[in-house]
Amino acid sequence: MGDFFEYLKSQWSFAQEHPALAFFLLVVGYGIVMIGFFSAFAGPVTWVERRVAGRMQCRIGPNRVGPHGFLQWLADGLKNFLKEDLIPNAADKILFRIAVYPVFAGVFLTFVVLPLGPWIVGADLSVGVVYLLAVTALVVTGIIMSGWASNSKWSLLGGIRSAAQMVSYEVAAGMALLTAIIPAGSLSFQDIIEHQGGWPWQWLVVYSPATFLAFFVYFTASLAEGNRTPFDLPEAESELVAGYNTEYSGMRFLFFAFAEWANLYVIGAVITAVFLGGWRIPGVDIATQTNNIWLQFAGAAIFLTKASVLVFVTIWLRWTLPRLRVDQLMLMCWKYFVPFGIGLVVLSLFWQVLAAAVPTWVTSAISVLLTLAGAALVAGMFWRAWYNIRAGKDAPVYTWLI
Amino acid sequence: MHFDEIVARLRERFGDLVGEADEPDPARPSLLPGVFVRADSVTDVCRFLHDEPAMAFEHLSCITGTDFKDSIHLAYVMTSYVHRQVIALKVKLDRDDPSIRTVEEIWATANWNEREIYDLLGVYFEGHSDLRRLLMPDDWVGHPLRKDYQEQPDYHEIPTTRENPLGKY
Amino acid sequence: MENALNKQAVSDDLMILNMGPQHPSTHGVIRFVITGDGEVMQRAVPHVGYLHRGIEKLAEGLPYPSFVPFTDRVDYLAAMFANHGYAMAVERLLGIEVPRRAEYLRVIVSELNRIASHLIGVGAMAMDIGAFTPFLHGIREREKLNDIIEELCGARLTYNYIRVGGVSFDFPQGLDAKIRAFLDTFEPLMEEFDRLITVNEILVKRCANVAVIDAETAKSYGLVGPNLRGSGVDWDLRRDLPYSAYPDFEFNVCLGRGFRGTLGDAYDRFIVRVQEMQESVKIIRQALDGLPEGEIKGKLPRKLKPAKGEAYGAVESARGELGYHVISDGTDKPYRVKIRAGSFNATSIVEHASRGLMIADLVVLIASLDVIAPEIDR
Repeated sequence: MGDFFEYLKSQWSFAQEHPALAFFLLVVGYGIVMIGFFSAFAGPVTWVERRVAGRMQCRIGPNRVGPHGFLQWLADGLKNFLKEDLIPNAADKILFRIAVYPVFAGVFLTFVVLPLGPWIVGADLSVGVVYLLAVTALVVTGIIMSGWASNSKWSLLGGIRSAAQMVSYEVAAGMALLTAIIPAGSLSFQDIIEHQGGWPWQWLVVYSPATFLAFFVYFTASLAEGNRTPFDLPEAESELVAGYNTEYSGMRFLFFAFAEWANLYVIGAVITAVFLGGWRIPGVDIATQTNNIWLQFAGAAIFLTKASVLVFVTIWLRWTLPRLRVDQLMLMCWKYFVPFGIGLVVLSLFWQVLAAAVPTWVTSAISVLLTLAGAALVAGMFWRAWYNIRAGKDAPVYTWLI
Repeated sequence: MHFDEIVARLRERFGDLVGEADEPDPARPSLLPGVFVRADSVTDVCRFLHDEPAMAFEHLSCITGTDFKDSIHLAYVMTSYVHRQVIALKVKLDRDDPSIRTVEEIWATANWNEREIYDLLGVYFEGHSDLRRLLMPDDWVGHPLRKDYQEQPDYHEIPTTRENPLGKY
Repeated sequence: MENALNKQAVSDDLMILNMGPQHPSTHGVIRFVITGDGEVMQRAVPHVGYLHRGIEKLAEGLPYPSFVPFTDRVDYLAAMFANHGYAMAVERLLGIEVPRRAEYLRVIVSELNRIASHLIGVGAMAMDIGAFTPFLHGIREREKLNDIIEELCGARLTYNYIRVGGVSFDFPQGLDAKIRAFLDTFEPLMEEFDRLITVNEILVKRCANVAVIDAETAKSYGLVGPNLRGSGVDWDLRRDLPYSAYPDFEFNVCLGRGFRGTLGDAYDRFIVRVQEMQESVKIIRQALDGLPEGEIKGKLPRKLKPAKGEAYGAVESARGELGYHVISDGTDKPYRVKIRAGSFNATSIVEHASRGLMIADLVVLIASLDVIAPEIDR
């Protein structure tokens, strides 16, 4: 943002005369554009989710509003705005009302540091990753507030589950991020992205075995942080009715749902930025990309594409997997993910020492090998899915089970 | 074991506590065979039928309570898994003050079956661990499966009957 | 009682949680009063009666054949069995024979209905564990079954098909081939279903060793059907107290074996249902192959007036023994009809089996028992 402002100053006389006012206008404008943009992102994601779910479940999904039902999210939004904002009589009315804002703010504040290009970023904070972890913790506060203020036991259970789950998995997620930050040597998202290259074998995910494993740990942990299946216990509809947002209706409910789907993008974007090369274009160096506004937009498109693929994977998982039980969830975090994450951090540190000692081609070869392993994993997943779709007829029966 | 033999064994064991047994009907071979016992001996007889290896009626299918206007009959329909047989053990109760020992200790399922009968027929089960109404609300008046049951006109100011909507046409 | 519970809870610092009558996973209007310490329950007491329609009382005012449509409402997911049990009890009371073709048709529709009901049972269990997709895959198959049965008797849910003395309609032309075509596609789809959910590790972790009901407890509580067999008790009315045309067919009785945990856990009950569907497919194939020609309705007097007596007709429904104890006093109306339904016993065991479980496990327990509310309350 600062670089962009300097660029503006050189182009635009108003900015030279009133730099403070111009900077203020720029920040506000960027904020409006970003919130508008990600609102417009979260909305269609709900449509994608429902259509994908429909396909998976042998039904159609929304297809009435707009082409293929694409505008369904607008219709839903409008409907929710028109609904009565019910507040239960016995609820803590003030807390009940304000509980949605921390949730909403917690998700949307992350967009400040999530970059789409060298200049397309709210603020390139030097503590970006820490900031991200800090503001996502706001979401927990909001959810606990809503669970408590609803004065319903189901909501309370949902809120408490959510608190336990999000706080625990933040530790695991933090460990996994740390593993990737060590080789990058910076907490700023821009620095982390600049440390990586455009090609897959230059990404941090394949930098070392530690980061490779940290990718999976972070993905799983961020699913749990985002209350997505198989970790959607706070709103487990078959157990807790709807969890913390049971008593909400209308616009406030919409905010919860909105934050949840915006959070999907945050999950994808953080992984893209830290592990998958962010906005880097293959074969283009940073200076070229910075100086060409169109290349910046191309980088943004690449970033969004990667993030969208990850969003799709989370949707896919949601409509495939059952849900864990709350004790199994905590057990998985504290007994497996956290120790494993600490091990990864240590391994990552050793790897730094080791990588400095061996010739460069060794580390490059390992990266290429890991890339191939990752590609094989993705290919295997697609083969498996294809097999399940097409070859069901000749597939073997699970005879060992019967 | 044939039903006659079961009755014979019961008579041998319990003497005149055992009452009349159903005669087989040649035209209708698959009727449910039943034998009457005295109400105060029901736990002993049931215990015997359940524990005796030659009978082994491990499964209490249901308890049917019937209001016969002069008395209330309970029929304990039981199944033997080992001998693949279904019989009914029947008791006759006084209609004005029906009361009988529970068989809950023998079959845990009797708990709910007896609650249902208490609810719908007003039979009191002595020694029952949790004798509450099962299907009707706790403050319901009357026992609906009795033949002379008259429904209260309203329940908590909600009328229990309504006009036939087709009546006015 | 409710107040007593509350007092106890306050003194022990326990929380009373009211699950139902409107709750997504109580499978109908049942209420469970959960006494628990946060997520861990001390016990869950079922409260039933929300769907009590007094079907047994209604029977006392209706002629014998007129009661058949009411039996549909005893178990709306598997109404064929409810028809069949009542028809069988009245036939025993009348002492009449049912034509072979009618018996075969009864078996075919019953087994089709068993598949439909088990699809809902296992699908709803998966849904309660959080996997929504398998449920809709089950529903998709059930739709096809509904279409088949609709073509046969004109109804998709409350069939009123099996009547006293026989069945109401013969096979329309081409239905035989349709059923066979369905079975041919159904078997591979069951394997797909297995790959999707049955062997899913999260499902196994959620169900194995959860809510274990040992054989003695199961017998004592009068559990029947897949719930009883899930506990390892080898009992199936179709084989052990044969009725209708079942003696003619070869099939296995599927038992729980502690597949991935303890014998009698929720996963065993789940697997037993999955396997029973495959056995049903076998039975239907055999019945279609051996379907005899002939009448579909026995010779009945115009007015059914059984002589005095009592009969008990029990069928192996999708939820186990569904028995009708019909008492006749010699008139054209039954003096008393007692319906013995599997879900009634299955619900009564919840209080015993739920001790020390977590709320999420209670949902699994209820789903694994495949409880359906109208059968409890009747």
